[in-house]
Amino acid sequence: MNQNMIEIRWHGRGGQGAKTACLLLADAAFASGKYVQGFPEYGPERMGAPITAYNRISSVPCTIHSNIYKPQYVVVVDESLLSSVDVTAGLDPAGAIVINSAKPAEELRPLLKDYAGRVYTLDARRISEACLGGYFPNTPMLAAIVQVSGVLEPARFMADMQESFQHKFATKPQVIEGNMNCLTQAMEEVQSA
Amino acid sequence: MSIPDRLSGNEAVAHAMRQINPGVFAAFPITPSTEIPQYFAQFVADGLVDTEYVPVESEHSSMSTCMGAQAAGVRAITATSSAGLAFMYEVLYVVASARLPVTLACVNRTLTGPININNDHSDSMGARDAGWIQIYAENNQEAYDNYLQAMRIAETPDVRLPIMICQDGFITSHAVENILLEEDAAVKAFVGEYKPENFLLKHENPLAVGPYDTCPYCMEHKVQLAEAMKHARRAVLDVAADFEKTFGRKYGFFEEYRMEDAEVALVLIGSTAGTAKACVETLRAQGVKAGLIKLRVFRPFPAQELAAALSHVKVVAVMDKSEGYSACGGPLYAETLSACYDLPVRPTMINVVYGLAGRDCAVEDIERVYRHLLHIQETGVTGEKYIHMGQRSNAQEVL
Repeated sequence: MNQNMIEIRWHGRGGQGAKTACLLLADAAFASGKYVQGFPEYGPERMGAPITAYNRISSVPCTIHSNIYKPQYVVVVDESLLSSVDVTAGLDPAGAIVINSAKPAEELRPLLKDYAGRVYTLDARRISEACLGGYFPNTPMLAAIVQVSGVLEPARFMADMQESFQHKFATKPQVIEGNMNCLTQAMEEVQSA
Repeated sequence: MSIPDRLSGNEAVAHAMRQINPGVFAAFPITPSTEIPQYFAQFVADGLVDTEYVPVESEHSSMSTCMGAQAAGVRAITATSSAGLAFMYEVLYVVASARLPVTLACVNRTLTGPININNDHSDSMGARDAGWIQIYAENNQEAYDNYLQAMRIAETPDVRLPIMICQDGFITSHAVENILLEEDAAVKAFVGEYKPENFLLKHENPLAVGPYDTCPYCMEHKVQLAEAMKHARRAVLDVAADFEKTFGRKYGFFEEYRMEDAEVALVLIGSTAGTAKACVETLRAQGVKAGLIKLRVFRPFPAQELAAALSHVKVVAVMDKSEGYSACGGPLYAETLSACYDLPVRPTMINVVYGLAGRDCAVEDIERVYRHLLHIQETGVTGEKYIHMGQRSNAQEVL
């Protein structure tokens, strides 16, 4: 396995933007000069169904085209998945899992089987509702995984996201500031056990 | 100068289509088709192309529209997948027999039955005898590059055949990766203008296209099509050579990866080749003489070249990502086996059917195939020659 590569697995529900966050991370990593992959794995395509998405981020090209079974990091965008999906399957104990939850990380650890690595939580709902006036958990969770994994340099990440939002929200610039605030707060608030 | 970007395979192909600016895009843009027609519709709406975008009511109609448009003298393209391609089958043959170089972006997705839209090659493999050139990609870069080469191959005067540019559904089509794009002007210059010798309403020589072909002539037309497919062999290589000269990336009938002294080798198509390359590197580091052939061009089938590339190998696994239900192996196996028949010394060859309906194939899966080949080489016992890999139950796994 290529030592320069970080592999991240996202668990979410259809409609929550896990795939979008995964693709945004790929965008930001690309902007930092990395080789990237960002891809979803679909089941039945419907709102609320569990979906998985994956990132490979590397300083050298990666030719592997398979799902990721031994990630260094896992992001759980929907807490309710903890009881139905084996989110820590294959997760590197030297890595970490980041869960969208208002609960402290210690409280969730019993739901994570025998995972011995670091557990982080972030109340993405509160941040999203405060900054964006609605529940868009993917933006705060994106910032949280960047902060926890250290895969990208935070200042550079913020600058790239600003540019990306300006492009993405060209027709509604009023939401850019809220999204940027979302990222900042999430980076500050993501907590480990 | 190439432009570094990151795009999904769907975006990459849509981008190539925009750069080429064809005359007509006929599309039935719902599942099982992909985002390709959607991206292109946006280019049309934004005025970035002057293509006539024809949203039709079925894939049968999209291919029929392409046929009419190409016969009228413009480049006609479409994109589809899975059951959408199956619904075109009738017209695929008609387009090929009318020798119209229509271009189809096929995002490979399994044929429904049971309902599923994930990746395998059953859709385009089902169309392999339709008289279409078929070119496959390992990654988004290759999907883009193959698309840029497609029309020049298809429109070559002694070829004039439709062409299918294939990539793996979801695995590359919905995956964002790094890619090098070429500048619009450079692409336009490379692809060139379409100047058909004859077309429907050519004033000096108006044509009828697709009339009834009576017994005294019809077989001759089928033989001409067969000859055209032979000519496509040369056209594929000529265009690849010019592509390399222009853009610096090398293509051929297939890619040989660490084959120079390989004793065990895989032959396969598409994105799994990248996964297999990672495996070959690991095995090579352990002293295993493992190699890989990634087939790019399936129609025309490069039989002599493939046989030559395999002639020194001891044991080969041909990996099919579609089931032919032949009771004796998949389509790639049948072709490869047949290609090697005339070799004075043939490699031992088995067929591994894998990845059906989106079943994932990881580096570890590929390693099991190589280990199986090494075991055959060591013991001299081939065992079952037609096996299915990656099933849920270990009891059903031969490898």
